[in-house]
Amino acid sequence: MSQFDLTEDQRAIRDMAAEFAAERIAPHAVEWDERKHLPVDVLREAAALGMGGVYVREDVGGSGLTRLDATLIFEALAAGCPSVSAYISIHNMAAWMVDAYGSDEQRRRFLPALCTMEHLASYCLTEPGAGSDAAALRTRAVREGDHYVLDGQKQFISGAGEADIYVVMARTGGEGAAGISTFVVPKDTPGLSFGANERKMGWNAQPTRAVIMEGARVPAANLIGREGDGFRIAMAGLDGGRLNITACSLGGAQAALDRSVAYMKERKAFGKRLDEFQALQFRLADMATELEAARTFLWRAASALDAKSPDATRLCAMAKRIGTDTGFAVANQALQLHGGYGYLAEYGIEKIVRDLRVHQILEGTNEIMRLIVARGLVGRSSGN
Amino acid sequence: MPPRIAARRHCAVLRLASAARPVRMRSTERKAKTMHDLTEEQRMVAQTAADFSRDVLAPGAARRDREKAIEPAVLEGLAALGFLGMTVSPDHDGAGADYVSYALALMEVAAGDGAVSTVMSVHNAPFNAILDRYGTDAQKEEVLKPAARGEFIGAFGLTESDAGSDAGALKTRAVRRNDRYVLNGGKEFITSGRIAGWAIVFAAVEGASTRSPITAFLVPTSAKGYVVAKVEEKLGQRASDTCSLRFEDLEVPHEYRIGEEGEGYRIALSSLETGRIGIAAQSVGMARAAFDAALAYAKERRAFGKPIIEHQAVAFRLAQMKAELEASRLLVVNAARMKDAGIPCLTEAAIAKLYASEAAERICSAALQTFGGYGYLEDFPVERIYRDVRVCQIYEGTSDIQKIIIARGLNA
Ligand SMILES: Cc1cc2nc3c(=O)[nH]c(=O)nc-3n(C[C@H](O)[C@H](O)[C@H](O)COP(=O)(O)OP(=O)(O)OC[C@H]3O[C@@H](n4cnc5c(N)ncnc54)[C@H](O)[C@@H]3O)c2cc1C
Ligand SMILES: Cc1cc2nc3c(=O)[nH]c(=O)nc-3n(C[C@H](O)[C@H](O)[C@H](O)COP(=O)(O)OP(=O)(O)OC[C@H]3O[C@@H](n4cnc5c(N)ncnc54)[C@H](O)[C@@H]3O)c2cc1C
Repeated sequence: MSQFDLTEDQRAIRDMAAEFAAERIAPHAVEWDERKHLPVDVLREAAALGMGGVYVREDVGGSGLTRLDATLIFEALAAGCPSVSAYISIHNMAAWMVDAYGSDEQRRRFLPALCTMEHLASYCLTEPGAGSDAAALRTRAVREGDHYVLDGQKQFISGAGEADIYVVMARTGGEGAAGISTFVVPKDTPGLSFGANERKMGWNAQPTRAVIMEGARVPAANLIGREGDGFRIAMAGLDGGRLNITACSLGGAQAALDRSVAYMKERKAFGKRLDEFQALQFRLADMATELEAARTFLWRAASALDAKSPDATRLCAMAKRIGTDTGFAVANQALQLHGGYGYLAEYGIEKIVRDLRVHQILEGTNEIMRLIVARGLVGRSSGN
Repeated sequence: MPPRIAARRHCAVLRLASAARPVRMRSTERKAKTMHDLTEEQRMVAQTAADFSRDVLAPGAARRDREKAIEPAVLEGLAALGFLGMTVSPDHDGAGADYVSYALALMEVAAGDGAVSTVMSVHNAPFNAILDRYGTDAQKEEVLKPAARGEFIGAFGLTESDAGSDAGALKTRAVRRNDRYVLNGGKEFITSGRIAGWAIVFAAVEGASTRSPITAFLVPTSAKGYVVAKVEEKLGQRASDTCSLRFEDLEVPHEYRIGEEGEGYRIALSSLETGRIGIAAQSVGMARAAFDAALAYAKERRAFGKPIIEHQAVAFRLAQMKAELEASRLLVVNAARMKDAGIPCLTEAAIAKLYASEAAERICSAALQTFGGYGYLEDFPVERIYRDVRVCQIYEGTSDIQKIIIARGLNA
């Protein structure tokens, strides 16, 4: 990217993803939501285009692209369906953790199938009693010979039940972040089971389930990095995850905005087209301005992560806070601009609103994003 | 006690209200504080509604949302309390309550189940309100009385596909033929279009000599030619059916015309003050339910070693929610009091509706956020309340339409 513009290649990547979303995702989004269907076949088609391991290295089938490229892809996919795009982004986050912190053997064992999405991945950090305060997690992993035995419960796991590979953060040591390690737990591990698919407001095109581990034995060779590295690995994954989820918010919101503009050109009230009323024009102007601001900032944060800049974590948190708040607000305004039709499932706008609402909560709530930024400004005392 | 009520001691609201008296006496100081500005009768109505809401409405709200239906027992319960004829005079079998009581009852019902409050709201005003004001004696006898007794639900059919905010643009046609009118056209978004027994619908009379051709008609939904084309799937309010209607040679006898030919638009707008006070009251009720849930959760849920309410950001957000809730409630009560005093309150009702419905969305969204990931699950009430309350900024005039009304008052 030149300072403030995309390169030719980046445009091509974005256009490719946008075309795929328009053809393969958007036409089905409302139906998948209603049927609570994860379109695995479409995910694999996306992977065939290189979207299963966007920033995984190329030797194991990844696309070797940058974080900035990834935000372009996830924004474009989310214009088709935020929930589908978000699941692909979570899969990418988990795959990247194996790529970045796994041994060569682990990379070769897990990543080729992840990059084609023949295997799907889930990221397992949250627990019933440890959400925002993830370092308080209690799932235990105890070494027994050349295995670890895992016991505990993960909550709200995206893709769980469908996914083949579970990247699980578990406690191998004492209290706090330093006692946590990361494991790859395959689906067929005895002792691994899943809760019911949660009934939720949106994100219905992907399952959310509890992941239950009762004496689940995984080979010691599935420990990613070293014992005690887990929390750092999990947080590093989330830096990129937050960029991606933000991109998903912007894509959903941009689609809602585009559709509002088109709708208002057609719709009449009081003898005028809706787009002739100044109050509504200004609302569109604010929506477009705020989206553009959030997007520009997202690209800056993504570039910082690509450059491994020391303030990348902070910028990613800032981008997530502003981008997911903006995305939701814009989609919600779009609903309002559609009048009563915005409230109907048929028009697909209310679905975008339902989908985007959770982006303000997961991958660290927006309060936790403020906590991260505040810590950078005033030190750790702002922790609580 | 106002004479209207005293005249009919058997009135259902009053009967149940007196039964609720001991509960009210035990009510907490907090409740007393928010109720200090009410008369004894208003408090009793609110308490009766709150009891019904807590015991009957709230426990089934999630199921109703899932099943997309309101069980008959709920409507019978509302009827027994007099809530389906609240402001109708006892002479017409109503409860003869004042508008403040009406608003308070709607708040409480909405706190239990927003979809039920929508049905109750449309039934009382516009449906009953229009018949009460413009109905002939015969129409009152045949339709208003059983409506006020709650024997059926009323619907109000104004909106069309090309006439929403601009309702005057409606295109449904009524043609005179002998002793009847024949209606053809369609309506969109009609609340209770499927479950209703009667509907008030608006159509343009062909060849009307009046300036506006729009005329109001009373239609039994069992009439041939009244077709429910579709029950909509929507973000919230799922237990309340919202219907696309089609009229296919729907015959309406002359005696079912409400008011004169050409009087329809005025009739449609006549109940807007009450209607908007109603939506504002619903907004307050739903927001309060979400707030209460969030407050209780914030005291229970721990993160970083303490209840989350002890994190200042969480506490301050709850404080802000509380402030907006209280402001909303006062705006509603203010407009209702003006209405009771016979003072025109179009602006005040618009302000109450605009502010309360927008504040309610903010409050419900903040409540959802307070629950973290759990707020997004149907196992907890806040995501449903958020979905339900969202429509309050749309129906009975969108927020923009309220601003048009308020601005018109300013620039008069
Ligand atoms: C649909 C969905 C999918 C998800 N997918 C995944 C997944 O794939 N993998 C995974 O590991 N997790 C996943 N999550 C979990 C998600 O990341 C958590 O819900 C989130 O981190 C919040 O945790 P919590 O729900 O326990 O809320 P809590 O931590 O209990 O927070 C409750 C409220 O308190 C606030 N709060 C907490 N601490 C503070 C503080 N110190 N200061 C101020 N406010 C504070 C929070 O911001 C929130 O508003 C998912 C959640 C959902 C809803
Ligand atoms: C769940 C539900 C239940 C309903 N129940 C009923 C019912 O029982 N009976 C009934 O008759 N109707 C009912 N309605 C319809 C409702 O009243 C209309 O949806 C509403 O009046 C808006 O009309 P519209 O949807 O056509 O939006 P439009 O009028 O098309 O408005 C679209 C957007 O343009 C804005 N806008 C319009 N005009 C202007 C202007 N002049 N200046 C600035 N902005 C403007 C609006 O605010 C809105 O944001 C219901 C709707 C819903 C969703």
